[in-house]
Amino acid sequence: MIPVASMVDDDAAMAAAVRAIPRLERQTFESRALKSGLLTTLTWAAALLAAVPLFSVLYMLVVEGGARIDLEALTALPPAGFEQGGGFGNAIVGTLLMVGIASAIAVPLGIVAAIYLSILGAHTRVARVSRFLAKVLTGLPSILAGVFAYAAVVLWMGSYSAIAGGVALGMLMLPTVVLTAEEAMKEVPQRMKDAAFGMGCTRSQVIWSVVLPTGLPGILTGVMLAVAGAAGESAPLLFTALFSNYYVSEMVEPTASLSILIYNFSAMPFDNQISLAWAASLVLVFMVLIINILARLIGQPKV
Amino acid sequence: MARHQFNISRSADSVSAPPSSRELTTDTVFRGIAWICASLIIVLTACLLFKIGAQAVPAIRQHGLGFIFGTTWDVSRETFGVLPEIWGTLYSSFLALLIGGSFGVAIAIFLTQEFISPRLAAIFRTIVEMLAAIPSVVYGLWGIYVVIPMLRPISEFLNAWLGWFPMFSTDLAGPGLAPAALVLAIMILPTVAAISVDAMRRIPYKVKEAAYGMGTTRWEAILKVMLPTASSGILAALVLGFGRALGETMALAMLIGNSNQINLSLFAPANTLASLLASSFPEAGQIEVQALMYAALVLLAITFLVNVGGLAIQQYTVRKFEGKR
Repeated sequence: MIPVASMVDDDAAMAAAVRAIPRLERQTFESRALKSGLLTTLTWAAALLAAVPLFSVLYMLVVEGGARIDLEALTALPPAGFEQGGGFGNAIVGTLLMVGIASAIAVPLGIVAAIYLSILGAHTRVARVSRFLAKVLTGLPSILAGVFAYAAVVLWMGSYSAIAGGVALGMLMLPTVVLTAEEAMKEVPQRMKDAAFGMGCTRSQVIWSVVLPTGLPGILTGVMLAVAGAAGESAPLLFTALFSNYYVSEMVEPTASLSILIYNFSAMPFDNQISLAWAASLVLVFMVLIINILARLIGQPKV
Repeated sequence: MARHQFNISRSADSVSAPPSSRELTTDTVFRGIAWICASLIIVLTACLLFKIGAQAVPAIRQHGLGFIFGTTWDVSRETFGVLPEIWGTLYSSFLALLIGGSFGVAIAIFLTQEFISPRLAAIFRTIVEMLAAIPSVVYGLWGIYVVIPMLRPISEFLNAWLGWFPMFSTDLAGPGLAPAALVLAIMILPTVAAISVDAMRRIPYKVKEAAYGMGTTRWEAILKVMLPTASSGILAALVLGFGRALGETMALAMLIGNSNQINLSLFAPANTLASLLASSFPEAGQIEVQALMYAALVLLAITFLVNVGGLAIQQYTVRKFEGKR
């Protein structure tokens, strides 16, 4: 039996001890909590504010460009000066053509280079140097790709052309394709490769039958992101493809593109041209965002 | 006992077999092609340097270093100098970094420190990435018709009340540095945010648990533990974002006003190397093209140095957390 008196003493001691413990629960108006709350509010504000431009751009595109979009705008030739109506059909064709040329150059070259970087010679000196240069090239100002294509293709062929534009865009796509394809192929589990080697496959057979099919979603994501980026580029086309008021009929002639049309029309003092610039922007952004979203859906890890 | 199965190279129920000599030849050829493609990246970069360099040689001979310190660009008198452009490039990129960098880091914190549920964070992340997907020329158009009209009353107010301060010494007559820098900030924000998020994610979870275990508030943990730990990665994000800003062309060519002057004012028109190239190249004659090639070389050198610096810092960060690979 515990004596009653000592129990009372214990209670008193316990109460004193409890009082001595600092209050550990969160105090709303303590300076630390206030500071934390203030910074949290600021962060929320910054995050919400950062989303405003995207919605503002989309709103302007839909309101200003949506009003002008019709079949004529999508198919007709660009209007001159005070002319009314018109469209940018030749620019859509030109953009698709040049992105096509760029992809035909950059995609095969990029994927095969990525095969070397990720599997065949991952740690060789060639691989280290070209991986580093590919990373540096992702930061290459797009206008310099245009300067390069001008010096290499336009001066050589003696004319502005869709090919020169395609080369400039391909130069910009290449590093993205290489680096994302390399990442995607590195993700392929080693045991799958080992199994194929164990069956007596050569390295090429392992790559073609195991690594490429398995890494395909990731590779496609990279390719589509590169295509979306190239479709929106304008600086490299300024003095490689130039612009043209007609549909493209041969490869070696100035070629129209959506982005250059927007640039040219945005500076004109005519309302008709400016509303066409908005409509062309809507088409361009729509194309780019659709490719972007598709790329994300393909590349999503399957859970 | 049956004969040992492994002695039969092509048994009915196994697909394994040693490669035939034809398969071996194909393999060698393919590996050769892959090596060539990988080397082509190196060749292409060398080609880029060589082509621009070779075109610039006559201008380098003629103008020398005076080109970099000259302040006039006059085609008729054949005097070319890019100091105002270099100044405009660095000034606009710096302003963009100030705005875009702080927002980018704030968003990285917002996305990685449990402010919102992972699902919402994924959606918000997509929104930020979409900012990067919008073409530069569309930002330019948006800047002309939304940002400039929005900034004009602000610039008039600042100029009227704080006109003595060099940064507000003019108001915004049309295109100018402030709208250009603002749009540039929006364009580099996704880069800074994405690389910073990466840096924050590399911090081992136990670091955060240890901080919270010591009784820190969320922001004490972020400011005193998380940010210092991720500092090198965030620095890389800022440097690479700065590199992006230096080379950005179209939006700037449309918004900055293309005026060759060195002015501290935020609302005065200015020029950058990239927008000089964009606006002058299409109509340039032989002599001016050579000078423009020199300007392109200067831009290439600046962006190359900044990007290599940023990549080196990033590499260092990866090694710090994952050990040398």
